[in-house]
Amino acid sequence: MNNEVVIKCENISKTFPTADGTAFDVIADFSIEVNKNEFVVLIGPGQCGKTTLINIIAGLEEATSGIVTVGGELVTEPDPKIGVVYQETNLFPWLTVMGNVEFGPKAQGESKASRQERAQKYIDLVGLTGFENQHPNKLSGGMQQRVGIARVYTNEPLVLLLDEPFGHLDAQTRYLMEEELEKIWRQERRTVLFVTNNLEEAIFLADRIVLMTNCPSTVKQEYIIDLPRPRDITSREFLKIREEISKNLDLTS
Amino acid sequence: MKLSKMKKKNNKVKYILISIISFTVFLIIWYMVTDVFKLVKPISLPSPVKVLESFINKFTVKRPDGSTLQAHVLSSLRIVLTGYIAGSIVGVPLGIFMAWNRKADMFIRPVFDWFRSVPGMGWIPVMILIFGINIASKAAIVFAISFVAILINSYSGIKNTNPVHMWVAQTFGASNKQLLFRVAIPSALPHIFTGLRQGLNQAWASVVAAEMIGSNRGLGYMIQMNRENSRADLIIVGMLSIGLVGTILSFVLQKFEDKYVRGRH
Ligand SMILES: Nc1ncnc2c1ncn2[C@@H]1O[C@H](COP(=O)(O)OP(=O)(O)O)[C@@H](O)[C@H]1O
Ligand SMILES: [Mg+2]
Repeated sequence: MNNEVVIKCENISKTFPTADGTAFDVIADFSIEVNKNEFVVLIGPGQCGKTTLINIIAGLEEATSGIVTVGGELVTEPDPKIGVVYQETNLFPWLTVMGNVEFGPKAQGESKASRQERAQKYIDLVGLTGFENQHPNKLSGGMQQRVGIARVYTNEPLVLLLDEPFGHLDAQTRYLMEEELEKIWRQERRTVLFVTNNLEEAIFLADRIVLMTNCPSTVKQEYIIDLPRPRDITSREFLKIREEISKNLDLTS
Repeated sequence: MKLSKMKKKNNKVKYILISIISFTVFLIIWYMVTDVFKLVKPISLPSPVKVLESFINKFTVKRPDGSTLQAHVLSSLRIVLTGYIAGSIVGVPLGIFMAWNRKADMFIRPVFDWFRSVPGMGWIPVMILIFGINIASKAAIVFAISFVAILINSYSGIKNTNPVHMWVAQTFGASNKQLLFRVAIPSALPHIFTGLRQGLNQAWASVVAAEMIGSNRGLGYMIQMNRENSRADLIIVGMLSIGLVGTILSFVLQKFEDKYVRGRH
């Protein structure tokens, strides 16, 4: 495994002012490192700063204290080298599948031929060939998230941040999408930070799982998952890891 | 998917059927009250047959208000479209600009809040003073009326842009200008069209008021003249024409909306 650190969060804290004038500590002293081409899954209870953390790493929100570097550079504002996929309302409804997927390179002024060739490659890769001219509202939830993944890959970011991308899908579709994402990631390795509150999903995808505490969030424990890929969620080893982590996991909050 | 489409189509057929039945019942009652049972005097409410006859004749007869129906319609359309198009050209960009730029919002808002609080009729005297009694003053009244709804809807459309869409575009390296033109405006388009629709309805409805200022043509003028002449049949013809032209205008705008607003439910 390559040990070059690509995402580095050092002692991140985030406090929101609340309506009654008191402060709400969402994240406290959170540190994490993600290596090149490593798939790290963050798992923790809801409403406890996971999206906030993703937005801080993406340069969309400022940490109250602490620093974030991506590819060795301090993050101060959004940057195309940091790609994000959110849970919902991800796609631009007024654009077609192709329009969505080519959005990033188009915004950066890449030529049409070049950006559409790459967009097509990723549309094909996520299995949406033939849907290029459809609008997102004609697609199922699973297909919409495939578009989101193709879109972020087409922008060729250095790192991918995925914030509960499958959280809204039914169990069956969710499982299919996990398999699909894992397959794409094996074909096109990237440095990934993936947020979820589903332990099975975490173990299926992760090289390493980072368990978060309740608010204010910080790192509770880390687990290296070295099962061979693709993983069998019914195998004994898988179930053993699952049981071990779930003892330590409190997702009800 | 297919099932819901079929259901939608069924609903549309149902809607058209109900509309036809509703109009037929209305016409029958009207006919009964006038021609059959003669419950009202023809001079106050003429029968539908008489109205239809007057409607057809009005295309060729200029009496008693001086113009044919199509001349009245064209005159009103000219005023309304001039005022409405000007209202759109100013209202849409200004609404977008105010929503996008805090300072512009703070600066323009007090004036706008005063402007919107003046009811449509309130504009008549000042517009006459500024423009005189001509098409410009009438179009200016239509402008003042339609502009408010158009601006407010464009403004709230931009303000309602989903922050996740902005985040996504920012992480894709979109510049400020691209955020406005490729995210905020396309996302606000349905709202903008709502404003354009409201503005058009109000503009067209204001035609009667606008034509109270010394006119010699137009549907509003026609209705007033025929009230003085006690020609109830032509008043109703004028009212029906206002409804008909209004429906056609809405329909045309709807076609534009269908063309430019894609991918929404
Ligand atoms: N801009 C903000 N101002 C105040 N509170 C916020 C803001 N953004 C998020 N929060 C609060 O921070 C908490 C964590 O939110 P979030 O990061 O979305 O959690 P998660 O993604 O883990 O569900 C929530 O309780 C939310 O209400
Ligand atoms: Mg979240």
